[in-house]
Amino acid sequence: MDVKVQNIRKEFARFPALNDVSLDIRSGELIALLGPSGSGKTTLLRLIAGLETPTDGRIFFGEDDASKKTVQERNIGFVFQHYALFRHMTVLDNIGFGLKVRPKNRRPAKAEIRRRALELLDLVQLSGMENRYPNQLSGGQRQRVALARAMAVEPNVLLLDEPFGALDAQVRKDLRKWLRDIHDRTGHTTIFVTHDQEEALELADRVVVMSQGKIEQVGTPDEVYDTPNSPFVFGFIGESNGLKVTADHGGIRFNGKPLNMAAAPDKHGEALLYFRPQDIELIESGEDGLTGSVIATRRVAGTRHVELDLGSGTHVELEISTEQAARIDRNRVTFRPTRWKLFPV
Amino acid sequence: MTLTSSKGWQFRQPSVLPGFRWTLGFTLVWLTLIVLVPLTGLFLKSSTLGWDAFWTLALEKRTLQALKISFGTAFLAALANVVFGTLLAWVLVRYRFPGKRIIDAMVDLPFALPTAVAGIALTTLYASKGWIGSLFAPLGIKIAFTPLGIVIALVFVGLPFVVRTVQPVLEELDREVEEAAATLGANRFQTIFRVLLPGLAPAVLTGFSLAFARGVGEYGSVIFIAGNVPFKSEIAPLLIVIKLEEFNYPAATAIAAVMLLLSFGLLFVINLIQAWSRRRYGYGA
Repeated sequence: MDVKVQNIRKEFARFPALNDVSLDIRSGELIALLGPSGSGKTTLLRLIAGLETPTDGRIFFGEDDASKKTVQERNIGFVFQHYALFRHMTVLDNIGFGLKVRPKNRRPAKAEIRRRALELLDLVQLSGMENRYPNQLSGGQRQRVALARAMAVEPNVLLLDEPFGALDAQVRKDLRKWLRDIHDRTGHTTIFVTHDQEEALELADRVVVMSQGKIEQVGTPDEVYDTPNSPFVFGFIGESNGLKVTADHGGIRFNGKPLNMAAAPDKHGEALLYFRPQDIELIESGEDGLTGSVIATRRVAGTRHVELDLGSGTHVELEISTEQAARIDRNRVTFRPTRWKLFPV
Repeated sequence: MTLTSSKGWQFRQPSVLPGFRWTLGFTLVWLTLIVLVPLTGLFLKSSTLGWDAFWTLALEKRTLQALKISFGTAFLAALANVVFGTLLAWVLVRYRFPGKRIIDAMVDLPFALPTAVAGIALTTLYASKGWIGSLFAPLGIKIAFTPLGIVIALVFVGLPFVVRTVQPVLEELDREVEEAAATLGANRFQTIFRVLLPGLAPAVLTGFSLAFARGVGEYGSVIFIAGNVPFKSEIAPLLIVIKLEEFNYPAATAIAAVMLLLSFGLLFVINLIQAWSRRRYGYGA
């Protein structure tokens, strides 16, 4: 089901958690809300769920105005970071809970509830665990039960709040793949919150990058990685370097020296130059470019990270091949970004 | 607290805080001095009666009736405390209101108040001429000097036990579990009765057993309000005192021994239920 968030504002005791946020989610999409803590991503998710009420603005599920409905009426599936399983119920009872609490006229027969719960248990690959209690399961298994429980009510939209946040690295990776798989099979519109960019980029169809109660950028993983539209997104997703430069007459200068890089001719004055560590070329020391001395180098997998001091307290990090690293002059490295972006200060 | 290990139970486990021998030894000595020696004395004294005399006394109509009243009223009072104590704990944990701290402190008053004072105050209130008793008198309901009065006195002394055991568990109760129930479509009623209360059950059971145990042994507040009519409102502890005043020590200890065994049996069963729930659900109080 399509989900439309329209000019949502949310204040907690006068402190704005979300500021005029709008977002369109298409039916069947897998969307990641990505941002640092305090960016409002969880608040947005809880607003969509109906666990919070917006100060202003509306939320639509398809054509329906969901903001007028209670949590119970919205028919959503919500997965919590710490599972929130009912610990006095077996796995099967947990999964069947959403069906059992339905009013009589919409409640399936007992045998049917059991059948559907078993089917979901199979989908989350926990067959044979139906009589266990949550306490007897590992974290990863608990989270899969939580997901099965959320899907049992055939939700309009599936909402996951840092679903893998409490799990260790290996389990996270497995579950990530597995969630993508389940999503492709069931086709539920899914929104998940994460602060882990790797998780967002790997898993989502589209990523919503948030910061300080606002949406910074919405796009496919490629879009937000390759063409970030703000210094925040540049800095938050992937590695990046930021330099204070001046733009004038179509050229860019750093510390007064020209860089032989073209800026738009109408831009003048101070600007921020952003580029990724790997998007650079090493050039001869006589040419126009950025020059600095090596402070440290670190071997990271197949490449070497070189930290340079460009003078006036500016440090940048470059990622170069190990062969290149073997040849550089440690006192004087000159390079030029091949892909970059200028932002106003 | 629990000793678990894949190799099975070991008598001593290496620990950052050594001192197993000392602590166990100290515990055993203390327990022996404070609990075991007096209780053994009690059984020894009652055994001077001889087996036959013991049973005749224990199965005497008056004794049985007194035991029935003691355990019955304690049970009813503990039940009432479970309902209202849990409610009170809920209000104290979940809501903010002016005077909350004062109410919170008032819960402990029955612990501190001399029980005789409580008994006299309650009797004055619930007697047929008292403030509350006079409201019920026209309806033909007598409260003071009946088993109902005993229940009220026991509710008073048992209340803090339920509140103070349920309160910390409620405080730690994960709000997300309630939210999860709501997102799955459960209404408030279903959330409370299917999700919250079953989760609280172990703590409530502990509170119940504490309040019950206290109620069975309570003497001071009850004797003022009970009226102490044999076969009607005479409690077992009072019967013990009566025997003592007759200098019939063996009879007094015999009744005490019966009470002790009954209480121990009931509390033991409650403990078993709790151990079972802890093993199964991984929590409990």
